[in-house]
Amino acid sequence: MRIVIDRRGDFEEWRDHARHLLSAGIRPDAVEWLDRAALGDDLFGADEATFETKAALTVPRGFVECAQVVVCHADLAAYGVLYRLLWRLQTERHLLSITTDPDVVRAHQMAKSVGRDSHKMKAFVRFKELPAVEGRTQRQFLAWFEPDHYIVGRTAGFFQRRFTDMDWVIATPKGSASWDGDALTVSAHPACNPELVDDTDDLWRTYFANIFNPARLKVKMMQTEMPKKYWKNLPEADLIPDLIAGAEERVRAMAAKPATTAPKFHYSIHKIKG
Amino acid sequence: MKKSLKHRLAILSDAAKYDASCASSGTTKRDSSRSGGLGSTEGSGICHAYAPDGRCISLLKILLTNFCIYDCAYCINRSSSNVERARFSVDEVIWLTLEFYRRNYIEGLFLSSGIIRSSDYTMEEMVRVARDLRLKHNFQGYIHLKTIPDASAKLIEEAGLFADRLSINIELPTDAGVEAFAPQKHPANIRRSMGELKLKIDEAREPTLKTKRRKRFVPAGQSTQMIIGADATNDATILGTSARLYGGYQLRRVYYSAFSPIPDSSQHLPLIKPPLMREHRLYQADWLYRFYGFDIAEITHGRADGMLDLELDPKLAWALANRDRFPVDINRADKEMLLRVPGFGVKTVMSILTARRHKRLKMEDLARLKVSLKKVKAFIVADGHTPMNLLDRSDLKAMFMPRPEQLSLL
Ligand code: SF4
Repeated sequence: MRIVIDRRGDFEEWRDHARHLLSAGIRPDAVEWLDRAALGDDLFGADEATFETKAALTVPRGFVECAQVVVCHADLAAYGVLYRLLWRLQTERHLLSITTDPDVVRAHQMAKSVGRDSHKMKAFVRFKELPAVEGRTQRQFLAWFEPDHYIVGRTAGFFQRRFTDMDWVIATPKGSASWDGDALTVSAHPACNPELVDDTDDLWRTYFANIFNPARLKVKMMQTEMPKKYWKNLPEADLIPDLIAGAEERVRAMAAKPATTAPKFHYSIHKIKG
Repeated sequence: MKKSLKHRLAILSDAAKYDASCASSGTTKRDSSRSGGLGSTEGSGICHAYAPDGRCISLLKILLTNFCIYDCAYCINRSSSNVERARFSVDEVIWLTLEFYRRNYIEGLFLSSGIIRSSDYTMEEMVRVARDLRLKHNFQGYIHLKTIPDASAKLIEEAGLFADRLSINIELPTDAGVEAFAPQKHPANIRRSMGELKLKIDEAREPTLKTKRRKRFVPAGQSTQMIIGADATNDATILGTSARLYGGYQLRRVYYSAFSPIPDSSQHLPLIKPPLMREHRLYQADWLYRFYGFDIAEITHGRADGMLDLELDPKLAWALANRDRFPVDINRADKEMLLRVPGFGVKTVMSILTARRHKRLKMEDLARLKVSLKKVKAFIVADGHTPMNLLDRSDLKAMFMPRPEQLSLL
């Protein structure tokens, strides 16, 4: 049975399909999940089938929450993993507590990866200011971001709660979100990089370069937390190679500098003779 | 000629980088959807960037000014240093905070300052920054203020109404150290300020009689910082000081800052490579004390010189020194003992406790939880696994030692 997904990362779409499949008794290994966008015009298409929908399913607490996250995973296999869990839950009610079960582990790992990506999105989105719009007092901002997973929808609320007094758009290849002071709009359409510049980035770069302590170089640590794949959209990141390359020399130069005598005000403050 | 904003930002962030803290977590949850303002805090903090020193950049960490009338030997801003000086106005700090925040570079502001004119004069300016951010600009992001030593109680109280966190640095782990290196500071006063702040925080936690509401006052609590390696204090003494601070003043965090060479440094201090590994081990030990049920004495008991082992993490070092407490049966042991197994974190332990209600756990189960079997196998019993006599081996420690590395000199 082929199921074609129209809106990646949309929990409701998965749930509707899963409900139908389950009530028709279709085994997890008999389902093939496909992505409409990836199919292009090559219309193998979905299997047309009409199921009768049974009453609402009951699932253990925690499953829905987990599924809402896992369904955002970029690997289409997530759809199958979730359906298999749902299938097994019908007979193994405690399945989710078996934290070492391979399917549960897989779902957890996927959820973790999505969670991490959402977290990094909250961290690494960088808004650039656009010219004011006539007749609007709110300032205008736009950000370009490239997430690994389909997380724009689930992360948009965070930006709305935080950047409430400005108008903003976050555009990504996996959909976009925007806020105009009244409504939060999320779209699944892939966007293009608008390549904007914002002068304030220069101040941020100044800060980034100066808050770095060359005597404490720990490049690996930085890279695990801020993987290179994010660098191209971070205004500060292209400073990193030079900061690293120059660190040792800066520390050496600092150590080699001869001691100086204290400035005059030091002597007057502490009432000592210079 | 007045220095440009950018130039002053360079000076005043450079001067702030020796403060270890950049945390923005542990405060109340709040956002701007109702107020229509700017900013939110949602539980755990966010690191918006990482510097090549591996440290999280969460806040705009700057000084209001690096002019200072004190002469603390370890500090780049001390009056006897020839460092270039600069000063921000209150409005400039506010502008930078808001513009950085709008671009999502930061979670908020961590403001500290050298002391100009007097403690109160300086503290008053800092309070104005926080007050205006909250009241004039409707800013809900995170604010951490480092209080100025000997500032009046009234100003500290006002600061606490607007800041998420306040900190007072203890500076060095012993009173003698503070007196030697920070001649204008007095350990007794530092402790008194911490004590007063604790009392006010406790007071604010009590709901008022009339409104039954709690006052918002320093919701992320107070923290402090200690410099490590500037004097000869050992780790046991350092951790003992931390334990007293956690216990006596309910500090949320004690930060350890490996003494780092500064430009134009005092001749009384060692020009060394900062002891980063030592700092790391202290954080691990601190963690064991706060979250794993260890006593400081247990952690530092292993060595006669009161230092932590630099080569092994303190939990592993403890386990190797207390082999009679192992092996631990993962299908039976209580939570406290599971937490003591080297290689098990809190999450792993919780997963084990949940899963074993339904099945007996094998080594494969642990592997799926991403536990390093190599690390734990000597210390546990699982279904189908006993550690043989690994625990008796005299070379057990050697099995965990890192491979020798070329030592690098400064
Ligand atoms: S009072 Fe603070 S800024 Fe001034 S010298 Fe001492 S540590 Fe540095």
